[in-house]
Amino acid sequence: MLKEIEDIKAKYPDTRAALLPALYIAQKEFGWLSLDAMKAVANALNLPESDVRGTASFYSMFRLKPAGRNLIQLCTNISCMILGAERLRDLLKDRYGLLPGGTTEDGRFSLVIMECIGACGTAPAMLVNTDLYENLTEHNIAEILGKYK
Amino acid sequence: MEKFLLRNTENPNSADIEEYIKTGGYKNISKAFELQPSDIIEEVKKSGLRGRGGAGFPTFMKWSFASADKKFPKYLICNADEGEPGTFKDRPILEKNPHLLIEGMIISGYALKAEYGYIYLRGEYPYAYDVMNQAVRDAYDKGYLGDNILGKNIKFNLVVHLGAGAYICGEETALLDSLEGRRGLPRNKPPFPVNAGAWGMPTIVNNVETLANIPHIIEIGADAYSKIGFPDCPGPKLYCVSGHVEKPGVFELPMGISLREIIYDYAGGTKNGKKLKAVFPGGISAPVLPADSIDCAMDFVSLPKAGSMLGSAAVMVMDETVCMVKIAHRAMKFFERESCGKCTPCREGTEWLRKILERIENGRGRNEDISLLTDISNNIFGKSFCALGDGAAGVMKSILKHFRAEFEEHIKEKRCRFKQKD
Repeated sequence: MLKEIEDIKAKYPDTRAALLPALYIAQKEFGWLSLDAMKAVANALNLPESDVRGTASFYSMFRLKPAGRNLIQLCTNISCMILGAERLRDLLKDRYGLLPGGTTEDGRFSLVIMECIGACGTAPAMLVNTDLYENLTEHNIAEILGKYK
Repeated sequence: MEKFLLRNTENPNSADIEEYIKTGGYKNISKAFELQPSDIIEEVKKSGLRGRGGAGFPTFMKWSFASADKKFPKYLICNADEGEPGTFKDRPILEKNPHLLIEGMIISGYALKAEYGYIYLRGEYPYAYDVMNQAVRDAYDKGYLGDNILGKNIKFNLVVHLGAGAYICGEETALLDSLEGRRGLPRNKPPFPVNAGAWGMPTIVNNVETLANIPHIIEIGADAYSKIGFPDCPGPKLYCVSGHVEKPGVFELPMGISLREIIYDYAGGTKNGKKLKAVFPGGISAPVLPADSIDCAMDFVSLPKAGSMLGSAAVMVMDETVCMVKIAHRAMKFFERESCGKCTPCREGTEWLRKILERIENGRGRNEDISLLTDISNNIFGKSFCALGDGAAGVMKSILKHFRAEFEEHIKEKRCRFKQKD
């Protein structure tokens, strides 16, 4: 992880600019940004820990609590909403016991409600980890999620 | 119209550098390097190109201001933080035509004497991130990027920087703070980024689609380019259509085509032939137009006259089954969540609007709520730090103006009649 952060620093005129990339690296390594993970980033970039936490907490894609093995990011903004995204959100609650911001008991899925993932022409849409799924229906969503253990 | 921005994108290998070169790609770099940097800026001025990010600011003006500044290094930033809900126009360029963007940035960098470029790409586009990174690596390998491009002693280095999910970072000064590794809060202006942007140096921030137009201007010349589409803001334009239409998608059309043509001739009309109710013509921040107002031209000059704005040209179509109170509520929920919290009118105002809309939608609206919504909107509009607050207030006011009766009905009947149809 430290080697990776060092490589990234070279891409910017100032060390601090490596903070977002470094947080991504730490999040990948630890699964989420624990206080220890953020401390490691702070040390690598010689920044105050408070500053790193303050920055990380601003961005919705940095996870400040443990996440499940698979992260569902479901869009519910207008184009997705009018084409049924709320029914999908309800389905995740009814079938998997999954609430926005929550994680299933078995740790298999976490759910985050997104503000537009740029798939409006193929709405409703979601990301599972980094895989994009479009034209979701109540039928195909279960099949898609079945691929993730 | 012959496609330029989306040229060859129906080819599954269009993102491949060899494929791009085979179809004439990167040849405009050599052509541009024959010109003086100032000649290119003049050419962009003559072309009439306006920024495609939303504001429609003349591109040459940004470029001239940055050029006139004597400080070096200068930075060229591509704003690929396509976060405006309803917008997915830059995605096909990033995913299917990445070398067009890189070519545009190399030419722009040369014109602006900017030797360093960054592409600030939204975190929600992991696939585009992989494609762009591969494209940048390939462009370095072929000698289009680096310290000695095509052996001409011209330098341009490019880095893809991933955002992390914050709508406000599409605002150019917030983007710069985010690029520098901070919370993405908009900055006070002046100084403008063209004089003191990234790391305090002259910085040009241009949208993906804007930069992707540059090779075309070099290719066909400013005169020919300026004859495409609407004279006051010419060029090809990407319109992205979503919602209740038969054939949603991204369409490359001449700037200034009418909203009706976009919906009915290109996007196949309303889904299942239902009655059209309302349209966001330029993303969630563009005031809503009712069904009887779609005969307007879709460009930066005409839409303001029709009471809205082109914004990101994200056309979100809503049919008669949609409840406008609910649409307003969802929009305000978005603005509340994405307000960076820096200024009070926006931070507090968007939350109040959302709460009031929530009670109206849930049948608990009060008689004074409509005037309250208006009052709050008026206290956000023009009083917030950046355009986010104005966007929220403008949308709220447009929905109230055109669909006031629906709000009154919710309050009077103490229910939403659209809910039962679900």
